[in-house]
Amino acid sequence: MLCDICGKNQATVHLTEIVDEQMTELHLCEDCARQKSAQMESQFGLSDLLAGLAEFEKPEKDLEAASLKCPSCKLTYADFKKIGRLGCGSCYTAFKKYLGPLLKRIHGSSQHLGKTPVRVAGGLKKKIDAQDLRYKLQQAIEREAFEEAAKLRDQIKELEKKQMQNNNKTGKNKNGSK
Amino acid sequence: MEVNDLLKHTSEWLKGSGPNSDIVISSRIRLARNLADFPFPHWANKKQGEEILKAINEARKSADYLKNTVIFNLADLDALDKQFLVERHLMSQEHAQKTDHKALVIDGEEVLSIMINEEDHLRIQIMQSGFNLSQAWDIINRVDDGFASVLSFAFLPDWGYLTACPTNTGTGMRGSVMLHLPALVMTRQINRVLAAIAKLSFTTRGLYGEGTQATGNFFQISNQVSLGHREEEIIDNINGLIRQIIDQENQAREAMLAQNKPLLEDRISRSFGILESAHIISSQETTELLSMVRLGCDLGIVKDIDRRSINELFILTQPAHLQKIENKKLSSQERDIKRAELIRDRLKA
Repeated sequence: MLCDICGKNQATVHLTEIVDEQMTELHLCEDCARQKSAQMESQFGLSDLLAGLAEFEKPEKDLEAASLKCPSCKLTYADFKKIGRLGCGSCYTAFKKYLGPLLKRIHGSSQHLGKTPVRVAGGLKKKIDAQDLRYKLQQAIEREAFEEAAKLRDQIKELEKKQMQNNNKTGKNKNGSK
Repeated sequence: MEVNDLLKHTSEWLKGSGPNSDIVISSRIRLARNLADFPFPHWANKKQGEEILKAINEARKSADYLKNTVIFNLADLDALDKQFLVERHLMSQEHAQKTDHKALVIDGEEVLSIMINEEDHLRIQIMQSGFNLSQAWDIINRVDDGFASVLSFAFLPDWGYLTACPTNTGTGMRGSVMLHLPALVMTRQINRVLAAIAKLSFTTRGLYGEGTQATGNFFQISNQVSLGHREEEIIDNINGLIRQIIDQENQAREAMLAQNKPLLEDRISRSFGILESAHIISSQETTELLSMVRLGCDLGIVKDIDRRSINELFILTQPAHLQKIENKKLSSQERDIKRAELIRDRLKA
């Protein structure tokens, strides 16, 4: 069999590519295969490395993680795996279950010990509470604990209402959703 | 202040002063920060991008300690201006691309620079001459507190400052030290040193930071881990490592002097001679020869030029700087001629 690219040399490397669920087979000579692999390496960036780090242990978890979506910016965990970047601060809470182990793998720790922003005691604190509640809500839904979920939903609504009132008072009204 | 005004003076970090400035060119700390209420730059839409820029600029204007700063909207700058700012280490290559809603804030001394809407909403950077991370931390800590008193940063108590890429989460801090290690390279010990650095969770990069190869004898060493340690602890760790590398470089320099001083003197003097008399010279050759001359300066072999002038030449001979000085676009060949001319003039003076 001759090489599919140069058509001159004997094909010794057989490659199966799957792009958009289309499978193609390539039969290459050694030289062309080396070129092809150099191309592939140059496309291999940081996002792939991160995605590699974020690989999960079990396939069913993989499916579950990919469908997770940040309620604030609508980035999905699958998006994160593809681009290697999170969408907003709330993504950290939305993907908490998977980001914890990832952070630990990157940094060897998942507990911040450094400085705290000076404003964390005020307005931001409420924001952190809301993020935490949203996380708990998601967990409750996953466990199908609908009574608990309803309570949490009400708490979030209450907190958001308070925040809206505060924002209107100070004339600030920023919305982080996309 | 216009971009061109920067040509009139030398950046603070190039002054060749400060602790261990024979081996350490500069120390840099950067903090990554994001506003709590907005998506990260790559995920923000046009309107949000503009709002982020506006909010940060308002905070800058309201801060007393930032009153000597200027802001450049990157969309208003041409390609040459942007390359010029990258060459001065005021911003990254990445920041010069896709310039929507991006801005750069700098102070007159070029100690402080802030990239707005790069990978994160804020990338605050402090550069100091010599081995001086602790002072850089003191300054940047105050700047950060200043911003945090008017802006709400994305932050979780467990995970610290939240960044677009999880590799920066936690302190959002990267401390980098730029080292000149010609003796370790010449005595072929550098690979052993670099391997040890990598094992200790530090990274080595080239002159222009992320994504650049270490070229010639210059190495930028920074922490890789940003979560799980206090900022001061991270700085202490870098300092400890850098001190060891400085010792090794000094030992290699002494060994070379002891074993074959004439050879070293010959190499340094020849490098100086080429720089003094060349009429066409590439950027790469310039860097290599200047590196030798800088070593000669450290060892007292070259006496006609000081460290600061050599440091300046590294930057002034870069492509965008040459074109700014000549005030016109130059082809690669024209640059090689102008570069040689500029070096000859400077070495004569």
